[in-house]
Amino acid sequence: MKIIKIDKKEWEQGLDKAREGYHLFGPVKDENYHIIKELGSTDYPDMDLSASSDTILSPKSVIFPQTEKMLTASLDESQENHHIMERVDTDYSPRALLGIKPYDARAFKFLELNFDTEEYKDPYFCDAMAATTFVGLAVNTPSKFDFSTSVGTGPFDETGLDILLVDTDKEYLAKVITDKGDDFLSKCGFDNKADEQGALKTIEALKENAEKAIGSEVSHGKLKDKTILELYNASFWEDISFSCINCGTCTYVCPTCWCFDIQDEAKDNVCTRYKNWDTCMSRLFTEHATGHNPRESKLSRVRQRFMHKLKYFPDKYDQGLMCVGCGRCVKHCPVNIDIREVCEQMNSYEENA
Amino acid sequence: MHTYTEKIQALAKDIIKQGKAEVVIGFKMGTIPMASNPFFAKNEEDTDKLIWSSTCGLNLANYLSNVKEIDGKIGIFAKGCDSRNIVTHIVENKIQRDKLHIIGVPCTGMVDKKKISLSFGEEITEFIEDNDTLIVKSATKEEKLNKAEFLRSNCETCTHRNPVIYDELISDLVEEQVIEDQFADVKKIEAMSSDEKWQFFDDLTANCIRCYACRNACPLCYCPTCFVDESGPQWVGKGQNDDDTKTFHYLRAYHCAGRCTDCGACEEACPMDIKVRNFTRKLNKDSFEFFNWEAGLDINQRPPLDTYQPDDPDDFIM
Repeated sequence: MKIIKIDKKEWEQGLDKAREGYHLFGPVKDENYHIIKELGSTDYPDMDLSASSDTILSPKSVIFPQTEKMLTASLDESQENHHIMERVDTDYSPRALLGIKPYDARAFKFLELNFDTEEYKDPYFCDAMAATTFVGLAVNTPSKFDFSTSVGTGPFDETGLDILLVDTDKEYLAKVITDKGDDFLSKCGFDNKADEQGALKTIEALKENAEKAIGSEVSHGKLKDKTILELYNASFWEDISFSCINCGTCTYVCPTCWCFDIQDEAKDNVCTRYKNWDTCMSRLFTEHATGHNPRESKLSRVRQRFMHKLKYFPDKYDQGLMCVGCGRCVKHCPVNIDIREVCEQMNSYEENA
Repeated sequence: MHTYTEKIQALAKDIIKQGKAEVVIGFKMGTIPMASNPFFAKNEEDTDKLIWSSTCGLNLANYLSNVKEIDGKIGIFAKGCDSRNIVTHIVENKIQRDKLHIIGVPCTGMVDKKKISLSFGEEITEFIEDNDTLIVKSATKEEKLNKAEFLRSNCETCTHRNPVIYDELISDLVEEQVIEDQFADVKKIEAMSSDEKWQFFDDLTANCIRCYACRNACPLCYCPTCFVDESGPQWVGKGQNDDDTKTFHYLRAYHCAGRCTDCGACEEACPMDIKVRNFTRKLNKDSFEFFNWEAGLDINQRPPLDTYQPDDPDDFIM
């Protein structure tokens, strides 16, 4: 285990060195709130730990953009390869995603279950993952809406990270988790090794404090013993879905929602195939070419989102809920549908009670 | 305004007990500070969950279509703007007046939650309303805010705080505001050059994620299939393309011309804090100036865009 000490005063200089070999991405303030974006040559990621600096959207888009060009073809018949779809030339040179919350990084591991499997590999996703070094910032003071620990991740989770930065006030302790992480720190010129035992102790103490500070949790232990139909036919869906306006906010802000839609667009003599985020909240998501829609009602769409996250996913992958407890959907839902409440209701549901 | 809560619960209970309505649409307490959750009480017990506060900013008229299958009447709590959208629903034959039992809630304005969060700076862990004072707490500090300074911008210029249609009222009517210049915000944009206007609207939608929360929170947007959701043929691209995003916003706004009550639900719902009303405000101003029209005031008046009068303004026709 290698732990590097980074003097906060040297942090930005280090990033400037890294710019030579990496595209940098991170949270920055855009007028009133934080967004994740590629940093301009004079931008630095906002390393503010407070909950009010949370980005509205998760960092998902750095690997899985809301709109991504996949293939393109010329419709100009004088061209030799006209009408033949070819992969677009996307820049997959090294990227570093900086200052993300550890549980957001963990979410990429969930996305892998869909986009990077033995059977199917989404080249766009896989190439972006391979190009990216994930530099997380441990959350010392978790948000009131954070329930990450009860869904198996947490404010110091290292699962999806190459480097975990821990803010000790004066400096960052950088826990090097992978070779990718090691390479990035070398590029930055950060090589001041910390005393391992002492640093680990400091990190452990901060982690313990952070986990203790989490005041929000969900119980889901009983979900796996219930049958799908029992939950599917449960009586509470009408009440849960009543207030839903079927916008896509919950799915778009979610770091683990992976559904997408393929669209072909033609402009002038060029045809482009895009992959766009899709949302199960939309009627169009399941509308068949015949006009038939297996999820015609709002209730069925709301039920789908929660059943997928809390029942189908856990049953299929046996990796817990499809949720990292970031709380974004709770905070940004226009009508305050709260996944924690829905989960509790599903977990405690007794069919004949 | 939280003092309404007890009255609201008692009234709703009575309405269900006496069979004046089968269900009552209102709000219940949210699970996080400053949140409220649209809710329908189906029995007397449910009515204990109803609340009313300055966080109840969504427009409940939007929920009428959710419960139209019921046999009896629908009870609904309606502040000024909600009541005007109920009128619009009746005028547009979306629902019949005799299907509704409207409980009017005279309103003193809803709060701008994003403005409060931004001004407070820290994550809000508790929010309490005490008449005109808002008490906001975080883990480390507590502030008392003057509600009047944190009203949503549509509430600041609202001149219809009292419901325009109701079967009963929750309290005495409140005094209506007198606003010197109702459309100062629109005039500011009108005064811009073409290039500046273009830039203004480009910037406005730059962070739009096409979640359609604005449309779906809007009681006017009840088309069975919105034009952006048409797939055979498809009219608008679905990705993060500026032209498609703007097409959505502009066309949606025009579809609201002469119908918008400026209830602010669109902005309330937007997760990206886009000031969507900038699109509809100009149309409201034109409706007012050309046709002396404010939407949703009278169930017996047809809206300007579906009637013809010989003296309709026609200066814009070359």
